[in-house]
Amino acid sequence: MSGYQGKKNIPRITSDRLLIKGGKIVNDDQSFHADIYMEDGVIKQIGENLIVPGGVKIIEAHGRMVMPGGIDVHTRFQMPDRGMTAADDFYQGTRAALAGGTTMIIDHVVPEPGSSLVAAFNQWREWADSKSCCDYSLHVDITEWHQGIQEEMDALVKDHGVNSFLVYLAYKDVFQLNDSQMYEVFGVIRDMGAIAQVHAENGDIIAEEQRRILELGITGPEGHVLSRPEEVEAEAVNRSITVANQTNCPLYVTKVMSKSAADVIAQARKKGTVVYGEPISASLGTDGTHYWSKNWAKAAAYVTSPPLSPDPTTPDYLSSLLSCGDLQVTGSGHCTFNTSQRAVGKDNFTLIPEGTNGTEERLSVIWDKCVVSGKMDENQFVAVTSTNAAKVFNLYPRKGRIAVGSDADLLLWDPDITKIITAKSHNSAAEYNIFEGIEVRGAPLVVISQGKIVLEEGNLHTTEGSGRYISRKPFPDYVYKRIKARSRLAELQGVPRGLYDGPVCEVTVTPKVMTPITSNKTSPAKQAPQPVRNLHQSGFSLSGAQVDDNVPRRTSQRIVAPPGGRANITSLG
Amino acid sequence: MSYQGKKNIPKITSDRLLIKGGRVVNDDQSFYADIYMEDGLIKQIGDNLIVPGGVKTIEANGKMVIPGGIDIHTHFQMPYRGTTTVDDFFLGSKAALAGGTTMIVDHVIPDPGSSLVEAFDRWRDWADEKACCDYTLHVDITHWSDSVKQEVETLIKEKGVNSFQVYMAYKDLYQMTNSELYEIFTFLGERGAIVQVHAENGEIIAEEQARMLEMGITGPEGHVLSRPEELEAEAVFRAVTIASQTNCPLYVTKVMSKSAADIISQARKKGNVVFGEPITASLGTDGTHYWSKNWAKAASFVTSPPLSPDPTTPDYLNTLLSSGDLNVTGSAHCTFSVAQKAIGKDDFTQIPEGVNGVEERMSLIWDKAVVTGKMDENMFVAVTSTNAAKILNLYPRKGRIAVGSDSDLVIWDTDGVRTITAKTHNSAAEYNIFEGMELRGAPLVVICQGKIVLEEGNLHATSGSGRFIPCSPYPDFAYKRVKARKQVTKILRAVPRGMYDGPVSDFLPMSRGGGSSARTSPTKQTPIRNLHHSGFSLAGSPTQRGVVCPRVSIHVVVLPPELIFLV
Repeated sequence: MSGYQGKKNIPRITSDRLLIKGGKIVNDDQSFHADIYMEDGVIKQIGENLIVPGGVKIIEAHGRMVMPGGIDVHTRFQMPDRGMTAADDFYQGTRAALAGGTTMIIDHVVPEPGSSLVAAFNQWREWADSKSCCDYSLHVDITEWHQGIQEEMDALVKDHGVNSFLVYLAYKDVFQLNDSQMYEVFGVIRDMGAIAQVHAENGDIIAEEQRRILELGITGPEGHVLSRPEEVEAEAVNRSITVANQTNCPLYVTKVMSKSAADVIAQARKKGTVVYGEPISASLGTDGTHYWSKNWAKAAAYVTSPPLSPDPTTPDYLSSLLSCGDLQVTGSGHCTFNTSQRAVGKDNFTLIPEGTNGTEERLSVIWDKCVVSGKMDENQFVAVTSTNAAKVFNLYPRKGRIAVGSDADLLLWDPDITKIITAKSHNSAAEYNIFEGIEVRGAPLVVISQGKIVLEEGNLHTTEGSGRYISRKPFPDYVYKRIKARSRLAELQGVPRGLYDGPVCEVTVTPKVMTPITSNKTSPAKQAPQPVRNLHQSGFSLSGAQVDDNVPRRTSQRIVAPPGGRANITSLG
Repeated sequence: MSYQGKKNIPKITSDRLLIKGGRVVNDDQSFYADIYMEDGLIKQIGDNLIVPGGVKTIEANGKMVIPGGIDIHTHFQMPYRGTTTVDDFFLGSKAALAGGTTMIVDHVIPDPGSSLVEAFDRWRDWADEKACCDYTLHVDITHWSDSVKQEVETLIKEKGVNSFQVYMAYKDLYQMTNSELYEIFTFLGERGAIVQVHAENGEIIAEEQARMLEMGITGPEGHVLSRPEELEAEAVFRAVTIASQTNCPLYVTKVMSKSAADIISQARKKGNVVFGEPITASLGTDGTHYWSKNWAKAASFVTSPPLSPDPTTPDYLNTLLSSGDLNVTGSAHCTFSVAQKAIGKDDFTQIPEGVNGVEERMSLIWDKAVVTGKMDENMFVAVTSTNAAKILNLYPRKGRIAVGSDSDLVIWDTDGVRTITAKTHNSAAEYNIFEGMELRGAPLVVICQGKIVLEEGNLHATSGSGRFIPCSPYPDFAYKRVKARKQVTKILRAVPRGMYDGPVSDFLPMSRGGGSSARTSPTKQTPIRNLHHSGFSLAGSPTQRGVVCPRVSIHVVVLPPELIFLV
């Protein structure tokens, strides 16, 4: 075994002990030269002239960058859609991820409306445990809202290590939640210390536009983008930010696809909202002009929601915002379908299964668009491809950092490799690659996952089922420190006044229906009986002592106190 | 005849009037000229006019003569749960005249489920009987169905209504869903009407109200705490999005907060056809009063959207009004007595909403915006009168001093100072939200329909003398751009492709996405293809696909640069 020591060519046999010599360690905060020693899937030592046991496999980095493995925060492998299943299952999907330098993925559990969240979660775990080749975790999508869901969310957070839930503002009559439901879900999520994710598009308007476009006889994939203009995305982002502010809940916008949506997020952050934006490989790397392709199958391969923007300056714009920190996290939204599956919508674009590839291309696309072009440095690259994701989802510093005690998920990055992306050589099962023909600079040379070499010299050595489920705790500091401070800050208090004892006008019985009594009937969030006073009975009594009067519930409103003198009025004649 | 040249005008009104030596102020320029009016119309403007004998002459002595104000938003005599607002059309329009406003536009609010036309007729009856100045009516759409569509059509074609308001607040009462908004906007956009929105997110308000009450906050401060300005801004943003999607001009009533105003000005910068209406209250006072220890006083400020507790709001809104980002002003005058407000003494959600402002509007804007140097007198005329006339398609009959225009004029005294107080105001309300405010600028003489209604501090209003002024659709001010966009924009067309003849996966007939979503729509019966039958047939012949889209679309359709064929 000791024969390997110092050898440059590493044999196929993987070992649990690895030493990377002569690399430049790149974290999100700094870069420095040091060796890294790993054992049992964990980084044990970092430094120079490390004292390591014999029989250690050594990788010579020759000064190349060693980075934390990428975290793809948004995948949809093996996703069921109307009886079909996405072309890439957890095996092919994670294999493609590893090939691109991503060593952890977070997939979305999409429970059928009407079914159990926990059951769906377990189903996804089963699939992933048996097939995944890299560590993974799961977001759970909230596809409907009622009392039972809240209990299941509670169970998922407490017992299953889930700390992020996605709600849909689109897909009317299927997944879409209305504003009241969103308000309630956000309130619940905040109390649990989880992250609220939104698929932000206005489903009502989309439904109207889809019908209009079909009426015009436009049935091809171009109808998809025509019926989902980017304003509709920006509107929903704005609305979800409003609700998040109102409920003091951290917000995470998945799939930022357009300039206007990104702008809304950037503005909200300037105003202090706790909101994160996730552009995906597709929106950073290509645009929506392809929807007009004469090749139906190709055009259909780009169908995803929100759609790619037909504005060709979008990728560049999003890259800039990603570089300056206005957008923080990147995913792939990887959800691939075969052409024959897409063809379900060959005569009606609304039926085309949605999703694009991108898990394999993500790191290279971002390196090429952002680092090569000088928009960001290698540290920011690590931040947006790995560290920020780990922080937001409470995986840091186990994931997203090269440090003693962190998982040995690393990659050796070669900034000089150029390759042309093509469906012929990609690892996904899809026939089309939306980045087809794009030449990107920068690629992983060696990828280490769980302390094992999975990519070297262009060869992938993945093991089906070796990926572990990584559970995530609620209340990630990165997100919740501010939220907690804010909920302590503001307390609302009523104005102490004497009882009004003047005349009261008689009203007819029909109450103004806008009272809150009627409006939260369906709410699972609060079962507390409403202490609304019936004013129409026999005079007025202040109902009960308000025990909960000064209970500090969360509220981020800043209360502007009235300037002293103004409260007293001159009594009028 | 002996009146000619006399300075003191007797009480008797005459149909012939001459204003001598005034400085005529329109929205575009000011100049010195005399104005001769007859039969309620301006007949001549110029120097040394030749006028018939027996004409009453008013010496303006170089003071400004401006078009009478148009208050584009009032709620006089509004029914509310069995009671009625304290200012009826007589008191309300009298207060308007006292403040230099010679035309008001009231809102008809049909009960949900009842007939729009009947409600309109009822409002006309009330106003015809009592109004002392010209008026016209907006109609609020409080529910949406096929019959409402027909009634809206009737109102536009036969009744002279060209503006309709929809509510995004008042959940379970007036509130419209996004889909309904889309349909209404489309419908009105095709008929040349103006869509007005009451912009607040009613869903979230309902949640917040419940939360406030749970916390034991029952006083008027709960009103503003449950309606933070973000909710107003959110709804404005959503309305702008839908209006832009449907290519329909949008009018946002009651702009009460900085954030809502910002959204409007941003949208205008992006080219949206949207108008914002701050009201007297939001331009003149703020929401700190909701914390008053005097319940009755605090309650008198309750209106929706609420006044912002941020005391810098009025100044900010005045600035945007001066810069043209906001365009028109109303008062949303809707007054309740203290006893009426007290319906909600133990629950703020029950407090009837509305504030005064019809009498104070002109003076307040003069004081806050002109005296401070934010705007000049021409801009003042624009925001108090001309722009409103343009939006309502009444220009130049109203909103301008020109030959042929109605003789609704005001001689404005820039030096007049008065202190606002409920003791002297013309409204019947016990509280005035501007109580104690000292304002510079006031009307000296008000002429309405060619008759002097205010002089030397005396009001001579005649109940029932006000006429209904019908408004026609397609006001140029709003629709020229909309029409141009309809023509100019790229026509949507399908990409001509060969038939896809490859393999097609089997799938379960669970529709996802848009196909199924139109079910509740009363507007359209769609020919959606049923793809779940027996295989796929191309619906309709593919040659018809290049069909031209005659409808809206400001989308810029970017055509693909080149096509790369794969594999």
